Amino acid sequence: MIRFENVTKRLGRRNVLDGFDLEIKAGETFVICGPSGMGKSVTLKHMVRLLTPDSGHVWVGDDCVSEARGKELERIRARFGVLFQSGALLEWLTAGENVGLPLREHTDKGDEEIDTLAREKLRMVELEDAFDKHPSDLSGGMRKRVALARAIITEPEIVLYDEPTSGLDPVTSRTIDELIDNLRKQLGITSVVVTHDLHSALAIGNRIAMLNYGKAVEVSAPEEFMKSTNSVVRGFLEAQYITRRGAWEKGLKV
Amino acid sequence: MLFEATLFIPLALTKRRRSEVFNQLYITGIKSLGVITVVAAFTGMILALQTGLELRRFGLQQNIGTAVTVVMMREMGPFMTALIVAASVGSAIAAQVGTMVVSEEVSALEIMSINPVRFIVLPRLIALAVMMPILTIYTNILGVAGGALVGATQLQVSFQAYIDNAQLYAQNKDLYVGLLKAFVFGIVIATTACHQGFVTTEGAVGVGQATRRTVIISFLTILVLGYMLTRVFYR
Repeated sequence: MIRFENVTKRLGRRNVLDGFDLEIKAGETFVICGPSGMGKSVTLKHMVRLLTPDSGHVWVGDDCVSEARGKELERIRARFGVLFQSGALLEWLTAGENVGLPLREHTDKGDEEIDTLAREKLRMVELEDAFDKHPSDLSGGMRKRVALARAIITEPEIVLYDEPTSGLDPVTSRTIDELIDNLRKQLGITSVVVTHDLHSALAIGNRIAMLNYGKAVEVSAPEEFMKSTNSVVRGFLEAQYITRRGAWEKGLKV
Repeated sequence: MLFEATLFIPLALTKRRRSEVFNQLYITGIKSLGVITVVAAFTGMILALQTGLELRRFGLQQNIGTAVTVVMMREMGPFMTALIVAASVGSAIAAQVGTMVVSEEVSALEIMSINPVRFIVLPRLIALAVMMPILTIYTNILGVAGGALVGATQLQVSFQAYIDNAQLYAQNKDLYVGLLKAFVFGIVIATTACHQGFVTTEGAVGVGQATRRTVIISFLTILVLGYMLTRVFYR
C-alpha cells in the first residue's frame, strides 16, 4: 500500500532518513516508534508529500507520491486523512464546521447534508455535543477526536496519526487507541501511527517499526517486537516498564 | 502570491465562501474604527493648528480649509489610515497566519487539497482592498471636521468659511488619488502580512518576528509607494 524505496532526507546537517526502506500493507495498523528526532514524523510527512525526499521514492499503491504534482498530488492526497499532533483545527470555525470543511470545499453537497455527515462522524468519536463549540472550548483530547472526525469524513483509504496520544492522560489515550482500532475494524482503513507510547503501539498495532538514525531497525508484529533483542527496542520497552513477562505478552489488546 | 490570489477572486465571491470575506471586512473595518476615529480627528486638528498659526502671521488663516482638506485627501488620510491598519490588522493577520503555520493548520489545509492562498490570503486581501478606501473616506471626513473645529475655536475661521475655502480649491482628483493610494496600501498590507505569516518558523518566537517584520515592511513600503504615487499624479 505504502512503500519507501531507499529514501534519503537531509534536514539541516543531519540525514534524518538514510537509505530508508519500508512497506506498509493495506488494511493494517502500522505503528512507527522510536526516539525523538529519529525521523518518525518526517516519514509520515513524506507519505503525503509535505516533505519531498532528496533521493529515493515513496509509493502509495501505484502512485509515486514523491514525484506527483498538481492535480495528481491532490488525487493522491485525497486517499489520506491526517490527524496532526496538535489537531490542527481551524480556530475560527466550530467543531462541526471543521469536520465538514473538506466536503464543503470539494463537493456540491448542501450545507444540511454536510452538517448531517459531520454530526455522524462526531458521533463516531463520541463528540456529537461539541458540534457548535469552537476548538478553544475543547480539551486536548476532544480536539484530537474532532480532528480525527475531520480526517475520516471523506472516507479515506489511509489515515495517518502523528502522536495521537501525546499530551493526553492515560484514560483519554486509551480512548483514542480504541477509536483508531475501531476505525480499522469498522471501515477497513489502513492506519499509520507515529507514537512514543509503546503501550498504545502494542495495543493497536498489527506491526511495529522502530526507527533509529534514519533506518527501521526492527519491523515486526507486537509479539515478536516484545521478544526483540535489538538494543534500541529493548531500551524503549524497558524505559516504559514493559517487560517480556508483561501483560502485553499475554495478548491483552484493546 | 498576489497573482495567485487574484486568480481565485471569482471563487471567493461564491455564496458558500462569501461569509469569510464578510467576516474579514468586519474585522478590518469595524474593529479599526475606534482608533481611526481618534487618530483622524487629531490629525486634522494638528494640521489645522500648525498651518493656521503660520498662516495667521500673514493674515491668511482663512485658507486652512483648503490646506487641511487637500492634505488630508491627498496624503494624510490614506497614509494615517494605512499606518493604523498595518499596525492593528496587518500584525494580527501575520500573527494568525504564523500561528496557523506553526500549529500545522496550513499543512492540514494542504492535505485536504485546500489552497492556503485561496482560503487564507484571498478573503483578507479582498477585505483590505475594499475597506482601506472606505476607511480613508472616513478618516478624511473626520480630519476635515477636526480641522474645522480648531479653525472655529482657535483661529477665528468660521465653519462656513472653512468649508467654502475647502470647496474652492480642493479637486476631485485629490480625492481619487488618495483613494487609489488607500487601495494600493490595502493590497500591500494584506500581501506583506500573509507572506510574513506563511514564512514563519520557530514557534512563538517566529510568530513575534513575523508580526514585527510585517509592521516594519508595511510602513516602509507605504512611505515609498506613497511618494511614488504622489510623484506620478502631481508633477
